[in-house]
Amino acid sequence: MNQRNEKLTIVLLLLLALLCLAIPAVAQEPVTDDEVNEVARDLYCPTCENRSVDVCPTDVCADWREDIRQQLAAGRSESEIHAYFAERYGNSVLAAPPREGINWLAWIVPIVVVVVGALLFGRYLKGLRAEEATEDDDTIDVAQSTAPVPPPAADEDDYISRVEKEVREGE
Amino acid sequence: MSKPVTVAKVEEGSANGEQGSRWRWSTVLVWAGALAVLALLGWGLGNTDTPRPQAGAPAPAFEMEFFDGYEWQSAESASLEEMEGQVVVLNFWASWCVECRIEADLLESAWREYRDDGVIFLGVAYLDVEQKSLDYLEEFNVTYPNAPDLGSVVANRYQITGVPETFFIGKDGQIADVVIGPVDSTRLHTQISRLLTE
Repeated sequence: MNQRNEKLTIVLLLLLALLCLAIPAVAQEPVTDDEVNEVARDLYCPTCENRSVDVCPTDVCADWREDIRQQLAAGRSESEIHAYFAERYGNSVLAAPPREGINWLAWIVPIVVVVVGALLFGRYLKGLRAEEATEDDDTIDVAQSTAPVPPPAADEDDYISRVEKEVREGE
Repeated sequence: MSKPVTVAKVEEGSANGEQGSRWRWSTVLVWAGALAVLALLGWGLGNTDTPRPQAGAPAPAFEMEFFDGYEWQSAESASLEEMEGQVVVLNFWASWCVECRIEADLLESAWREYRDDGVIFLGVAYLDVEQKSLDYLEEFNVTYPNAPDLGSVVANRYQITGVPETFFIGKDGQIADVVIGPVDSTRLHTQISRLLTE
């Protein structure tokens, strides 16, 4: 009976050991190429022009993709990997500048330019509309008037001239 | 009868004046913004347009953190300033660089030959994955100090055109010679011998 129990215990221990070995294999799913490329897409090849690491055929980019794969397998996030590459190889390998220091200008200036441009364009259109409306009013006035406009009296003319002069000086 | 007409015209004139003033301010702001962007671009271009360090120019300063097992005088990090008074052979390389393999054995043998004569060989791994760099160093039995170029700072200061590239720095801290591509035995020995006698 004792011998039987011992055998059973050994078998159970062996099974347990196998199970322990199997768990990490199941837990560590291999990192796919798509996952690697997702991270590599936002990094640029440092030795060629305008080529992201996911599509670059050079040896250096192949090494980098392998490095990304290992880091993803180790549980690092996309932003952590990007930060690692920036620290190790410089910010120039990033597709977009990090949001810090003077780099903020690269993010803010285009937005400011678009907003200011839209405002100025809106103002320009408003001015055009106002001008057209004034021209329309003048046309209607001229068309509807049956009698000629009497010339302003001499004293009134003088008064208007003085006011216009003051306004011009005020400007 | 004439007064209301005049007041209306005055108000219109005043409104036009305010609008004109606002318009002028916005124009000034737009121009100021455009000039600021241009100034920034000019500053950036000016910074990138610094001349490449050539023979006769002072060697740009740097500090490097060595790979484990490839330290200089057992120090984990060192600066060029600390090496003043000695001849420095600064070599940029990478494990993915095919041409670097041509000069690897020569550099190691020269290091072993001159290490006790006051010559420092410094290897700088450019844009390289750390493990690949270490594998390369092991493959060529490299024993002289080597470090990764963190942030590509050293490569940017020396404005290297690629790898391999070697800078010979004299005891006075001036660049004596620059070799783009694999360095050959004659040039390596000639330069070191010349700099040692200076």
